[in-house]
Order: sequence, then structure tokens, then C-alpha cells
Amino acid sequence: MEKTLEVKDLHVAFSTYGGEIKAVRGVSFDLYKGETLAIVGESGCGKSVTSQSIMRLIPSPPGKITNGSVLFKGRDLTKVKESEMRELRGADISMIFQDPMTALNPTITVGEQIIEAIIQHEGISRKNAKEQALDMLKLVGIPNPKERLKHYPHQFSGGMRQRIMIAMALVCEPEVLIADEPTTALDVTIQAQILDLFKEIQVKTGVSIILITHDLGVVAQVADRVAVMYAGKIVEAGTRREIFYSPQHPYTKGLLNSVPRLDLEDDELIPIMGSPPDLFAPPAGCPFTARCEHAMEVCSRAYPFQTRLTEEHHVECWLQDERAKALLAR
Amino acid sequence: MAKYILKRLIAMVITLWFIITLTFFLMHSIPGSPFNEERATSEAVQENLEKFYQLDQPLIVQYGNYLKSVVTFDFGPSIKKSSQTVNEMLGRGFPISFELGIITLIVAVISGITLGVIAALRHNGFIDYLAMTIAVLGISIPNFVLATMLIQQLAVNFPIFPVATWSSTMHMVLPTFALATGPMAIIARLTRSSMLEVLTQDYIRTAKAKGLSPVKIIFKHALRNALLPVVTILGSLAASILTGTFVIEKIFAIPGMGKYFVESINQRDYPVIMGTTVFYSSILIIMLFLVDIAYGILDPRIKLHKKEGI
Ligand SMILES: Nc1ncnc2c1ncn2[C@@H]1O[C@H](COP(=O)(O)OP(=O)(O)OP(=O)(O)O)[C@@H](O)[C@H]1O
Ligand code: SF4
Ligand SMILES: [Mg+2]
Repeated sequence: MEKTLEVKDLHVAFSTYGGEIKAVRGVSFDLYKGETLAIVGESGCGKSVTSQSIMRLIPSPPGKITNGSVLFKGRDLTKVKESEMRELRGADISMIFQDPMTALNPTITVGEQIIEAIIQHEGISRKNAKEQALDMLKLVGIPNPKERLKHYPHQFSGGMRQRIMIAMALVCEPEVLIADEPTTALDVTIQAQILDLFKEIQVKTGVSIILITHDLGVVAQVADRVAVMYAGKIVEAGTRREIFYSPQHPYTKGLLNSVPRLDLEDDELIPIMGSPPDLFAPPAGCPFTARCEHAMEVCSRAYPFQTRLTEEHHVECWLQDERAKALLAR
Repeated sequence: MAKYILKRLIAMVITLWFIITLTFFLMHSIPGSPFNEERATSEAVQENLEKFYQLDQPLIVQYGNYLKSVVTFDFGPSIKKSSQTVNEMLGRGFPISFELGIITLIVAVISGITLGVIAALRHNGFIDYLAMTIAVLGISIPNFVLATMLIQQLAVNFPIFPVATWSSTMHMVLPTFALATGPMAIIARLTRSSMLEVLTQDYIRTAKAKGLSPVKIIFKHALRNALLPVVTILGSLAASILTGTFVIEKIFAIPGMGKYFVESINQRDYPVIMGTTVFYSSILIIMLFLVDIAYGILDPRIKLHKKEGI
């Protein structure tokens, strides 16, 4: 499959008064053309920082990409000039944020906010840009779009605003769309509508989507592949099937056990006890050690190697080591 | 919109009536009268004078008469300068005061906003500290102190500018500067903090994610929102500039309204005190009204009227 984006060994740190927060500690993943990759994990595991680093949107200072690369169309985005990056943002890679209530400028009409993105990247006349904005509003299902262009964000409901954000992000036909918890702030029925919209648009435009969420229900609905993040690392990744039906990492299993599932009979919910490690001084070994029921001596000493189970499925856990398997088999 | 404006107009009239009433009775409760100081006048002359200015009538009747004349925009004759009416004084003095006030306001707004924006963009840098030091000085030094310092340094020690009066552009520099510094400092500080806050908002990140240039982000997306709080204080700043003109005019011997006003208080020239107060109050009330309208235009979330989409 054709790769649109390759993230390799990405490290991001924030320097604060208390010390350096190592928010992302060696994240690698590929994004294929036309797929939806979900990144899941608890709050604070580095999902947003990872996605914002791709577009170089992390506030700097204090944030800094300390290592790694982001390859897009033969270029390393961590190294290109800021002016080149600006041309990419919104045109080749777009982003949608969690809270549609605050992500739109309250004093500018939504029409203008969409039109300015078009003019910025396509250099076409205002009139043509307006036509394009209108088509986009229709595509994302805003009723009465011609009137609506003239309205301000506060005149829309949360779901409608998120549709406008989607319209704005997609209007220049980007190849990659990063959606950071796009449905978290919305209620369930609206959430389902927005997810349907994502799928519909993906079929129409072939855009590759990185969907960030901590909601496994959302993942089950739209993701082709899933990457599970924990304490700044991707601890397991695979196709949606692989992750939901044969999870290998104890943390992934824990996540799955802590949400209600309709497809399994056993509906006893078991929350994961404890809390993630301090990212000021992340542990040398597996960061899940303190919370893992299978933790072994080696776990706290060294970080586990990556074990590749199938073409897409890989996991970083000492339980995959032959010696551990032998031990378990006894 | 029309309904809102009508409501506001009615409220303005009531406010004005309140001010007139308050000033009227406060003024008459000050001990002394316009005629009983320096020169001793004979009983008969004094009585005649009081009759002419209707000061012999009961206070409540005087009050009623005054209200009647205010409605016709006639503030009556001056007691002390009997050849002049208050309207004439206003006609002569106000344009000058207005000029001083407006120039000051414009200078304060433009320089204050510029200083505040630069400080915010260079947050915690040298320019930021410099700008904020200037701002603190500007707020803490009273304008009359600044005025005397300016005269001493830039008119006497180094005669760059004329010492006093109001006859050419050069004459305007020192009084405007003295009067504008305080408001400018207040605007600069407010703009800076408001700008810093706006720059952390989600919609600024959205604008960045769209690939807009920093210039567009700052001027189109940040500044307008950052200026909303500044607009709200413009009304009260205009008020302080207005009162400031009295002092500054006195110091620089500018023949504006301030001169007449200060004299009229010293001499208990009732019609002049009343006329100036009413006139200036009206201007202030209108200013506040305009500020609210401007705010409603700048911030679409503020509804001046009921029309609303879903
Ligand atoms: N501007 C910042 N300054 C300092 N630390 C930051 C900053 N932004 C993020 N971090 C740190 O980086 C870590 C990862 O944050 P991130 O926002 O990526 O988490 P997340 O996985 O998106 O969580 P959530 O589900 O809550 O959005 C957190 O520990 C956070 O404290
Ligand atoms: S490496 Fe050890 S501690 Fe970490 S998840 Fe695997 S078994 Fe648990
Ligand atoms: Mg996040």
C-alpha cells in the first residue's frame, strides 16, 4: 500500500520550570493512502503532541521536536523551512480540533474563515473561493449554506460547528486530515453523524485520516488500523481486527476490558488501576510495569523489544519474549 | 436595533436629568453666592442683581426654570461676565478643548495599542519590559506633574517647543503629550494582556493550522478580539481625558472650556458651572453610547437587537 506519511522515531519534549517533560518518546508509524488510523490511549499519553508535531504546531518554546522525522512527499517535515511548512498546513495536511466551540474565531463569519483558507492556498478570486466554500458546506451537510456563510460561529450548534471545521479543513483537498478528538465534545447522536461524515468524505476524496481518540467505540466505528499509545510510546499497533480480537499488550487488553462491548457476552468492566508514570523522569523499563499484572523482573530494567506478529500487528512487551513464553507455558 | 437605540436614548435623557438635578442642588448648597465677596455692593444693587438672575426666587422655582432653559439649549447669561452668555463661552472655548481632547484620544489609542501589541508579541523580551516600564510610569505620574516637567525640560531648558498657549501644531505637542501619556499607558497594558490571552486561544491555533501567515493571524484573528476590552474602557478614558483638559488647559494657558470652568467655580458663577457640567455630561453620555454601539459592531455575540439565527 502507498504510504502518505511516515513518522519515524519521533521525540518531543517540553522544557518547563520543573524540568523536561518527555511527552513523546520514539513514536513511529506509517499512514497509508485513504485509510483511517486511530491513535488511542489515556489522557496525557502524548496523542495531541504527536499529531501537532506532525504539523509543527506545538507551542515552541516550551515544546521541541528533539529527534526523529516526519516524511511527507519525500520531505522531512521536521526540517523544512517554516514558510514551506505554512504552505503545507491546510493545503496538504489539515487538522480538526476537539472543541468546535472555541476552535472558530467568534468575531469572523464562518464564510470568511473558510474563504481565507482557500485564498491563502489557491490564490483564486474571492468570488470563486466563495463558490468553493459553498460547495464544501453543502458537502458536509449544512442546510441553507448560502445564508449560513454570513453567520458567526455562535449562531451554530456544536455539531454544526464541527461540520464547519471539517469543511474548512478539507476545502483545499488535503492528503492528510488529522482529527484530534473531533467528537469528544459532542453528544452521542451527533457524534455518530460526524463519524459517518468522515467515512463519506474519505470515500469521495481519498483523504488519509489520523483519528485521535480515547473512545474505543469511535475506533470500532471508523478505524482501519489502530495504534495504542502509552506514556509517549506506541506499545501496540495493528489492524482494527487484530487489536480488538487478539490484543497482545496488557495495556491494550486493559483498555478493552474497561469499556462496555456489545459484541462480547462477558460485560464485566475492569478499569485499569494506577496511573501512568511521570514523564519528567520516565522509567528505563516498560512504563506499564507498575500497573501490569504480568510484570516480571526484566520489565522494570529494560524496555521491551518490538515483536512483529503479522504484517501490521506489532507489540512491545516482554511477554512476547521466547523465555517469558516458556516460563508461562510451565 | 432601532428599539435598542430608542431605549438607550430614553435612558440617556434620564441620566442627564439626574446629573442636572444633582449638580443644581449641590451647587446651591455650596456656601456663598456670586455677589457677596470682594466688592461690597449695596443692599439695593444686590437685590436687583439677584432679581435679574432670578436668585431671589425659591430654589425649586429656579430649578424648574433651569430645566426649561436646558431643554431649549439655552444656558443663560454668565453672572460674572455679564456681557457674555454661557452659550457664547461654550462656542468659543469648547472647539479648542475638543481639539485637545480628540487629538489626545487619538494619540493615546494609536500609540497605546501599538505599544501593547509589540509588547505582547515580544512577550518577556526586552521590548516588552521597556514598554511596560513606560506604561507603569505613564500611569503613575499625574498629568500635571508631567506637564510641568515637560515645560521645564522641552520648553525652558531646551526651547524646542513653545511654553504655552494653543496657536500652532508645535504648541499642541506638549499639552497633548502630557494629557495622552496616562490613557496611553492604560491602553497599552490592557492591549498587551488581552493580546497575550487571545494568542493562546484555540482559534489562533486553527488559524495557524490553516497555513495563514503570522501577520494575518495577528491582525485579522488576534487583534480584533484583543481590542474588545480596550473598546469598553474608551468611554471612561474619554471622561478622564475630558477632566484632564481642565488641568492641562490651566497649566498651558490654553483658552479652552477648562479656563472658564475653573474660574466659574471659584466665582460661583452658577450658570457657567451648570452649563459646562450639563454640556460635558451630554458629551460623555453620548460617548458611552457610541462605545456600546461600536462594541456591538465589533463583537457579533453581543446582541443589540433580537434578530437571531439558530
Ligand atoms: N504546552 C505544554 N507545556 C508543557 N507540557 C505539555 C504541553 N503540552 C502538552 N504537554 C505535556 O505532554 C504530555 C502529553 O500531552 P498530550 O496533550 O499529547 O496528551 P493527550 O494524549 O492528547 O491527552 P488528552 O487525551 O488529555 O488530550 C502531557 O503530559 C502534558 O503534560
Ligand atoms: S513488558 Fe512487562 S510490564 Fe510491560 S506490559 Fe509487558 S509484561 Fe507488563
Ligand atoms: Mg489531546
